[in-house]
Amino acid sequence: MKTFNRVFTILVLIFLYVPMLVLVVASFNNGTDPAVFKSFTLKNYRSLFSDSVLLPLLINSVIIAVLSAIISTVLGTMAALGIHSMGPKLRSATMAVTNIPLTNPEIVTGVSLALLFAFIGTTLKINNILGFFTLLIAHVTFNLPYVILSVMPKLYQMDPDLREAALDLGCTPIQAFFKVVIHEIMPGIISGAMMAFTMSLDDFVISYFVYGATFVTLPVEIYNYTKKPLQPKIYALFTLMFIIILLMMVAMNILQARDLRLSKERKMALNADRRKAV
Amino acid sequence: MKKIFCILLCSAMILTSAPLPAEADNGYINVYNWGQYISDGTDDYIDINAAFTKATGIKVNYMTFDSNESLYTKLKTGGSTYDVLFPSDYMIAKLIEENMLAELDFSNIPNYRYIDEAYKNQAFDPENLYSVPYTWGTVGVIYNDKYVDEEDIGSWDLLWNEKYSGKILMFDNPRDAFAIAESLLGFDINTEYPADLRASAQKLLEQKPLVQAYVMDQIYDKMEREEAWIAPYYAGDFMMMVEENEHLQYYFPKEGFNLFIDAMVVPRNAQNKAGAEAYINFLCDPAISGENMDYLGYSTPETEAKQYMDEETANSPIAYPSQEVLANGGSFLNLDVSANQEMDALWLQVKTMGSLDSYGHVNGFEIWAMALLFVGLAVYLTAHRIRRRRRIAQRCAKWKT
Amino acid sequence: MRTKRLAVPYLIWMVIFTIIPLGIVLYFAFTDSVSHAFTLENIIRISNYMPVFINSIWLALISSLLCIVIGYPVAYYIAGRSPAMQRFLYMLIMLPMCISFLLRTMAWVSLLDDTGIINGFIRTLGLKPLPLIRNNGAVILGMVYNYLPYMIMPLYTVLIKMDRRLIEAAQDLGCDSVQVFQRVIFPLSIPGILSGFTMVFVPAVSTFYISQKLGSSGTTLIGDVIESQFKAAYNPNLGAALSLVLMILVFICIGITNKFSDNDEEVVTI
Repeated sequence: MKTFNRVFTILVLIFLYVPMLVLVVASFNNGTDPAVFKSFTLKNYRSLFSDSVLLPLLINSVIIAVLSAIISTVLGTMAALGIHSMGPKLRSATMAVTNIPLTNPEIVTGVSLALLFAFIGTTLKINNILGFFTLLIAHVTFNLPYVILSVMPKLYQMDPDLREAALDLGCTPIQAFFKVVIHEIMPGIISGAMMAFTMSLDDFVISYFVYGATFVTLPVEIYNYTKKPLQPKIYALFTLMFIIILLMMVAMNILQARDLRLSKERKMALNADRRKAV
Repeated sequence: MKKIFCILLCSAMILTSAPLPAEADNGYINVYNWGQYISDGTDDYIDINAAFTKATGIKVNYMTFDSNESLYTKLKTGGSTYDVLFPSDYMIAKLIEENMLAELDFSNIPNYRYIDEAYKNQAFDPENLYSVPYTWGTVGVIYNDKYVDEEDIGSWDLLWNEKYSGKILMFDNPRDAFAIAESLLGFDINTEYPADLRASAQKLLEQKPLVQAYVMDQIYDKMEREEAWIAPYYAGDFMMMVEENEHLQYYFPKEGFNLFIDAMVVPRNAQNKAGAEAYINFLCDPAISGENMDYLGYSTPETEAKQYMDEETANSPIAYPSQEVLANGGSFLNLDVSANQEMDALWLQVKTMGSLDSYGHVNGFEIWAMALLFVGLAVYLTAHRIRRRRRIAQRCAKWKT
Repeated sequence: MRTKRLAVPYLIWMVIFTIIPLGIVLYFAFTDSVSHAFTLENIIRISNYMPVFINSIWLALISSLLCIVIGYPVAYYIAGRSPAMQRFLYMLIMLPMCISFLLRTMAWVSLLDDTGIINGFIRTLGLKPLPLIRNNGAVILGMVYNYLPYMIMPLYTVLIKMDRRLIEAAQDLGCDSVQVFQRVIFPLSIPGILSGFTMVFVPAVSTFYISQKLGSSGTTLIGDVIESQFKAAYNPNLGAALSLVLMILVFICIGITNKFSDNDEEVVTI
C-alpha cells in the first residue's frame, strides 16, 4: 500500500510538472511555438531584461498578491474563529455567503464589483476610482472563502478542551488564544495564506474588470494577447518566477526546519536541567 | 514560524515601497490599446512609449484590452478614465453613436496630413471628427500550398471544401465568422435582418463538421506547424506567419472581404486631451508609424511611412493590395443591439450543437449517471449514519448495564 | 465566549463586496438589456441553455470526483512522511499553482495537439497519433490538472491533524489496515473531502478558459456562454440571469452533498 502511494504520488507530481517543463524548455527555444524546439538560445532572457512593460507588471502582481494574502488571511482566520463559535442557523447563513464569491462565475463577480466601485466613484466624485485599491479589495474578496475553507476543518478537529487546559494552567485568555488555538490551526492558516497568494497572483478575470488606468497586473496583460501568439520572453519571465518562488520556498523550509530543531534542542536542554535539579 | 511572517511582511514592505505608476499633474496620459499592438522594444524595435515620453516629457500609463467588446464593457462600467483608445471601425461608430467620444482638435495633430485620403472620412466617422487611423488591414484566407490545390482557391468556399475536412480553422468570434458566411451567401456583411443572420448561421453549421477548431491566437501555431492547412485571418498576421513557414499563402476571396481600420480616439471624459492629441500626433509621425508597422505587420495608412519600412513589406501586394482589390473590401458598421444579440445566440447554437432549433441536446447518459451518483452517495452516507447510530446506541446500552 | 464577534469585520466586508454586488446581479437578471424595464424573459430563456448547464455540471462533477480519487492517496502519503519531507512535498504540490494558469493551460495545448509534443513522440515510435485534444477528456484533464492542488491541500490539512492514537487504538482492537482506513481514517477526513470538493467543483463548473483552449465546439460550458453575454453579445442581463441560476444549482448540489453527510460531525460548507 505504501509503495503504491509513493509511486502514485510521484506520478501525480510528474503530471503536475510536465507543463512546467514545457514552459521552461520553451523559454530557451529559438522560436515562438513551444511544441517545436528549434535551437537553444538565451535571447528570450535578454529581451525580457530589456523589456519595460512586463517586469513592472510582475512587481504589481506580487504586491497585490502579498497584500491581499495577508489581509484575507487575517480577516478570514478571524472569521473562521467567529463562525466556529456561532449557532448552527447563523453559521449556515454565513457559510452560504462565503460560498457566493466561489460560486459566482468570475466574470460576473468582476463586472458586479466594477459596477459597485463605479457607483461609489460617482457618489464620491472620484473620477479614477479603479486602480490599486479596487484590485486589492477584489482580490481580498475572492481570497476570503479559500482561507475560511482551509481554516474551518482545522477548527473542527481542534480539541476544545485544549483551550480550557491552557486557561487552567494559568494562561490569560489572550495567551491561551495565541499559544493554543492559533498554534493548533496554524497549518490551516498557512495553507489558506498560500492559496490566497497563488490565487491572487494568478487571477485575470476579476482583475480584468476592476483594474484602472494606472495599475494592472501581469495575468491581465497576458490574457489580452488574444490576437497574436505569446512572445517567448513571457516563458522566460515565468521560468525565472518559478525559480525564484522555488528558492523562496526552499529557504522558508530550511528556516522552518531550523526553528523546529532549535526549539527541540531547547526543550531537551530544559528537560535535562530539570532532571539534574531532581 | 515567526520568521516566515517576518519575511513575508518585509518583502511586502519592500515591494510596496517600490514606485507605483506616477499619478502626476497632467504630466501623464492613460492609453488603452489592444494587447501586443505597439512596438515595445522587443527584438531591437523601437520602444514607442519610451520614445514619446522622451520627446514630450509626458508619461504613458499603457493598458491593454483583448477585444472591442471588452473595451466597450470597460468604458460603460466606468470608474476609470482613459485618454487614448484604439478601437476598430464598428466600435468607433458605436462609441460615437452613444456620445462617448470627444471631437479632436486637429491643429494639435499636424501629422494628420500624412494620412492618405483613402483612409479619411470613413463610414464609421463620416466627417472625420473623432478618429485618426492607426492601422488597417484585410481579412483573407491563409492556406498551405503543400496541401491545398491551386484550383480550389480564390473563394471563401475553400473553408467549406470537404477535401480538407479537419484541417480548416475558423474565427472564434461571431462578427468575423458571420461576415465570411454572409459574403459567401451574397449578403451585406453588416446585415441586420434576422433571416439573413439565420441563413448565415445555417451556412456556418454546414461548415462545422469540417472545422478542426474555432481559434484566434492559436492560428499562428497551428498554421506554422501545419496542424491545420486553411484559416481565415488578418493579412498583417499572415505577414508574420509566412516568416516561419514559407509554404503559407494568402488570397483575397472574390466574394468580398472585411477591410478593417483600427483608429485612435479620445473619450469624452479624458483628463488630458492635449496630451492625448500629442500622443496621436506622435504615432502619426511617418518615421514612427513606419517602424511601428514593421514590428506589427499590419498596414500603415500613410504612404509617407513606407520609406521607413522594410522594403519587402512595403511593396507586398498582400499588405498593400491594389485599388481594384481593395474595392472588393467592405468595413464593419455598428449593428444594433438586437442584431448583435441575435448573432451571438445563433453563434452559440452553431458552436454547441447540430441544428438551429435548440442549444444542444440533453445527454441522457449524463443525467442518469449523475442521478445514480447522487443516489449511491445518499445510500452510502445514510447507511453509514445508521450503522454509526446503532453502534453508539449499543455502546450506550452497554455502558448503562 | 466573544469569539463570535471576530467574524464581524468579515461579515461587513462580505455585505459590502458580495451581497451588494449580488443585488446588482439580481437587478440585471430581472431587467431588459435595452429598455432596462423589469422582465422575466431572461429567466425564461434560460431553459434553452439546459444542455449546456448539464454538460458543465457533469464535467465539473467528474473532475471533482477524479480529484478526490487522485488527491486522497497523495495527501495520505504526504501526511505520513517526516515533517521535513511533508513540507517539501507540500511545497512541490503548491508550486505549480504559482505559475500563471493561462500559461499552464497553453502548455497543455502544445502537449496534446495533434502535432504536439506527445503525438510527436508517438509518431517517432511509428504509431498512429491519438486524438488527445478537443474532447471532453481533455477538458476534464485540464480541470483536474488546475484544481487538484485545491483538493490535496484541505485533505492533507485534515489528515495530519488526525489523532494518531485513534488509529493505534483501532489497530490494537484488531482492525486490519483496510478496516482502519474504512472505519477511522476515512470518516474522520470527510470534512476535508467536502472542503476540497467545494473548492474544486465550484470553480470548475464556471470555468471558461479551459474549455476554450482544450475543448471543442461541443464542449462549450456555461462559463463560456456567460462570458460571451458580457463580452460579445452586449447582453449582461442574460449573463446575470444565467449565473444566478448556476449559483442556485451549485448551492443545491453542495447542499445535497452536505445533507447526507454526518450531521453530528460538524460539516464545513453551507
